[in-house]
Amino acid sequence: MAASKNQRVIVVGGGLAGLAATVRIAESGIPVDLFSIVPVKRSHSVCAQGGINACNEVARQQGYSEHEHFDESIYGGDFLAHQPPVYEMAHWAPQIIDLLDRMGVPFNRTQEGYRDLRLFGGSLYKRTHFAGATTGQQLIYALDEQTRRWEAEGMVAKYEHWEFLWPVVSDDGVCRGIVAQDLRTMQVRAFRADAVIMATGGNGLVFGKSTNSVVCTGAAAARCYQAGARYANGEFIQVHPTAIPGADKLRLMSESARGEGGRVWVPAVKGADGKWGKHPDPSRDPRQVPENERYYFLEERYPKYGNIVPRDIATREIFNICMEGLGVFGGNMVYLDLTHLGREYLERKLLGIIEIYRKFVGEDPADVPMRIFPGVHYTMGGLWTTYTPKPDLKGMVPGAPNSMMCSIPGLYAFGEVNYQYHGANRLGANALLSCIFDGLFCGRGVVNHVKNASRAAADEPQSIYDGVVKQEEARVKRLAESKGAENPYHIGRELGEEMTAASTVVKSGPRLEQAMSKLAELRERYARIGVDDPSGWTNQNLAHARAVGDMLAMADVILRGGLERRESRGSHYRTDFPERDDARFLKTTVAEWDGASKSAKISFEPVETGLVQPRARTYGKVEGEAGKKPAAQPVSV
Amino acid sequence: MTTAPVTNPQPRGAQRPRTIRFRIERCDGPGKPARWEAFDVPVEPGANVISCLQWIAANPVTIEGKRTTPVVWDSGCLEEVCGACTMRVNGRVRQSCTALIENLLAAGVTEVTLQPMSKFPVVRDLFVDRQRFFNDLKRAKAWVPIDGTYNLGAGPREKPADQAERYVLSTCMTCGCCLDACPQYKKEEDAKEWDQSFVGAAVISQVRLFNEHPTGAALKPERLDFMASIGGVSDCGNAQNCVKVCPKEIPLTESIAAIGRAVSIHRIKQFFGVRD
Ligand SMILES: Cc1cc2nc3c(=O)[nH]c(=O)nc-3n(C[C@H](O)[C@H](O)[C@H](O)COP(=O)(O)OP(=O)(O)OC[C@H]3O[C@@H](n4cnc5c(N)ncnc54)[C@H](O)[C@@H]3O)c2cc1C
Ligand code: SF4
Ligand code: SF4
Ligand code: FES
Repeated sequence: MAASKNQRVIVVGGGLAGLAATVRIAESGIPVDLFSIVPVKRSHSVCAQGGINACNEVARQQGYSEHEHFDESIYGGDFLAHQPPVYEMAHWAPQIIDLLDRMGVPFNRTQEGYRDLRLFGGSLYKRTHFAGATTGQQLIYALDEQTRRWEAEGMVAKYEHWEFLWPVVSDDGVCRGIVAQDLRTMQVRAFRADAVIMATGGNGLVFGKSTNSVVCTGAAAARCYQAGARYANGEFIQVHPTAIPGADKLRLMSESARGEGGRVWVPAVKGADGKWGKHPDPSRDPRQVPENERYYFLEERYPKYGNIVPRDIATREIFNICMEGLGVFGGNMVYLDLTHLGREYLERKLLGIIEIYRKFVGEDPADVPMRIFPGVHYTMGGLWTTYTPKPDLKGMVPGAPNSMMCSIPGLYAFGEVNYQYHGANRLGANALLSCIFDGLFCGRGVVNHVKNASRAAADEPQSIYDGVVKQEEARVKRLAESKGAENPYHIGRELGEEMTAASTVVKSGPRLEQAMSKLAELRERYARIGVDDPSGWTNQNLAHARAVGDMLAMADVILRGGLERRESRGSHYRTDFPERDDARFLKTTVAEWDGASKSAKISFEPVETGLVQPRARTYGKVEGEAGKKPAAQPVSV
Repeated sequence: MTTAPVTNPQPRGAQRPRTIRFRIERCDGPGKPARWEAFDVPVEPGANVISCLQWIAANPVTIEGKRTTPVVWDSGCLEEVCGACTMRVNGRVRQSCTALIENLLAAGVTEVTLQPMSKFPVVRDLFVDRQRFFNDLKRAKAWVPIDGTYNLGAGPREKPADQAERYVLSTCMTCGCCLDACPQYKKEEDAKEWDQSFVGAAVISQVRLFNEHPTGAALKPERLDFMASIGGVSDCGNAQNCVKVCPKEIPLTESIAAIGRAVSIHRIKQFFGVRD
């Protein structure tokens, strides 16, 4: 069947992934209904600072290549990523940059007018393209503008301030629509579609404060999972080494700060044995600390990569330094020093983040070293998806209808909500790439799925849509009428604190078990919440309470996956199993919702590693193995 | 990771009061009357207007001890890059996420008043409807008309100075501060009036941005027609309020002047039948 007039695709989420998919699908002649809680231009992708990776001519002539980009990403992800999709993405990257360039993204330029490049974590080559330190903002604006153009042509209908609630699945098991709620009128409604793409981003808010935007609850993915879609690698959460704590969120100081030459250090004194120890005066003005009392611990421990070791490693090192009592002011902070780079250079290359620091801390990073600490940042796990590898595994078959399709056919996951590409640890500046790659490359697969479909959503019985609308209206009613004593905001906050304490930089079996009991308590209390706002108009209180329920389900996936994975790999570090165990765990963690126990059933499935064989991941660390130094469990949890 | 950093990186200032009073202009929905409610909010280190609103959402009790509904507001990134959280803080339109309580107190403020933006219809409380602004971006054809998303090689090369100029214009986050502060920009409750009313500085500046791009310039004549029409650049009264409130420090008055000139030239060329 060719695409007929009334075939449509729904895209849920208007970040980079959702917009790239929207543009690609509209361009192929199929109309798109685009749903987003926030106006798409305000999606979380605006926060991305540092840049986007791709092989380029300068790097190529120094020995870099698409294959090297692929290999770095696999190594950076501790071999947990399926290799064919990463191979395809790395080889597609240069044309994605070209396309963004044609769309008018103001990439920084060299004096000759070529696109400028910077160094980023996990690579020894400059292969990161950037627009100041607000690259994500600039990329999403370009895609937002192209989307607006298709909207003006009548090919895209936007449903902004609408929240996705549940997928609609036909009797043949294929997803053919969604139920969503208008967050102003609170109307709950079904929408038909011949394919549904989830591009709803990550779940940082499960951890309370993170570097994410306020809508990054992961609730949309959690709903698909509770509706039967498999969820993969939930326990892999990236904690970024360099954030500044705030009362409402943790604000990122991009890896580009280190890529451009920023150095991480703590005041310390070197003993006669060559070991660094506590500085007698840890709170003294950093500008007064002489060079020989500055411990550049990343540079010393990783002479090859220095400050740009991958995030999981930098984060664990910073964490350990603070646990050893070497932190600035004896607390949980280290210096990220840019003062040697000069104000003009900083403003030209890093203005976006310099301004964030000035605004929120009130100091100028050009004068004083920044004080930073790790913060929850990126969701490597996500909805489980499949793909069609090429026979030699070197890439994916273009246009294959199952490209990044979930375990529910007709439902797709693009961008951060997709578990592919980044394995156990994402390399900096690979996320923007994977989002746009999903939209463009896999968008074609969606078009083919729609064109090849034997049944059309328009012909499905109304009853399947009405059924889900009823289910969701009942949920809304239950929440609106709940008058219990428990406060959903407090439950959300306690969840975040517990998840941060038990399941981020350092984990252990007993601590995760303890978190499971806390989660059980929170779920029991959640059943007795009260919602203060009875209003049927723009009720944020209700939407928040609903998302808290979904975050509790997601927390269960994260904790159970972490418990079952009895090894350490990438961002997942367990003190009781400090080594990587390929024999047992070079596998994808798969969580399936079990309605009876209302929790996740965990299983493991093989990863396609046919192109590069797993090797030790040390990043040239001197003394011992990279980042695997056992740390004591934090005392105050 | 421990739950909270031992020391907070905020500068350690003088002892501050433990709580601060918020007065908030509330409204239950379109057509409903406005009313004021006050809340005493404990000030955490690093607190901003948003973290205080989050506290109120969890503890919606007024200073009279009356339990009320949580205040509704709009926010996203919490780092002044998404444009969502615009409101009037102590009468001045700005992003609320960068309104640090510490800084407000240092400036001598003893109470914080929060009001919705004045030029956009209130949806509820501090949440307003800025759809008109996005619609004007559509009217301005604020995009580069590319041939399509297939692989056609790189875009045009660009001098660093030109990139720097476009980059600044391109940081506009559609927050609407410049519109709210502009005496010429009128509140329009009825969407039918949108295309009769002044579009405001941000849209004019976007026209400049896309006219400056070599491929974007293909639509320059249409954009300038739009700028020459009712509600276009000539409605600007040159009050310069816009540029003073723009959180991104976009040179809006320069953009207005540049587009004003471009429209004049465009008109002359049209008169003589020459294409731009
Ligand atoms: C501070 C920061 C800096 C970063 N810097 C970089 C960088 O330099 N380079 C890099 O490669 N990566 C970076 N990243 C990561 C990258 O920004 C994200 O992974 C990426 O932007 C995610 O895009 P997305 O399209 O998947 O989702 P998002 O941009 O998160 O968009 C999600 C969309 O889904 C919508 N949505 C969510 N739930 C629902 C629902 N229930 N119903 C309807 N709509 C819904 C939202 O409204 C939104 O439109 C950074 C991340 C952060 C936090
Ligand atoms: S200069 Fe023009 S656009 Fe700016 S505030 Fe004044 S009238 Fe409004
Ligand atoms: S020009 Fe400035 S004030 Fe106006 S919308 Fe853009 S960022 Fe906001
Ligand atoms: S929340 Fe994004 S600008 Fe304030």
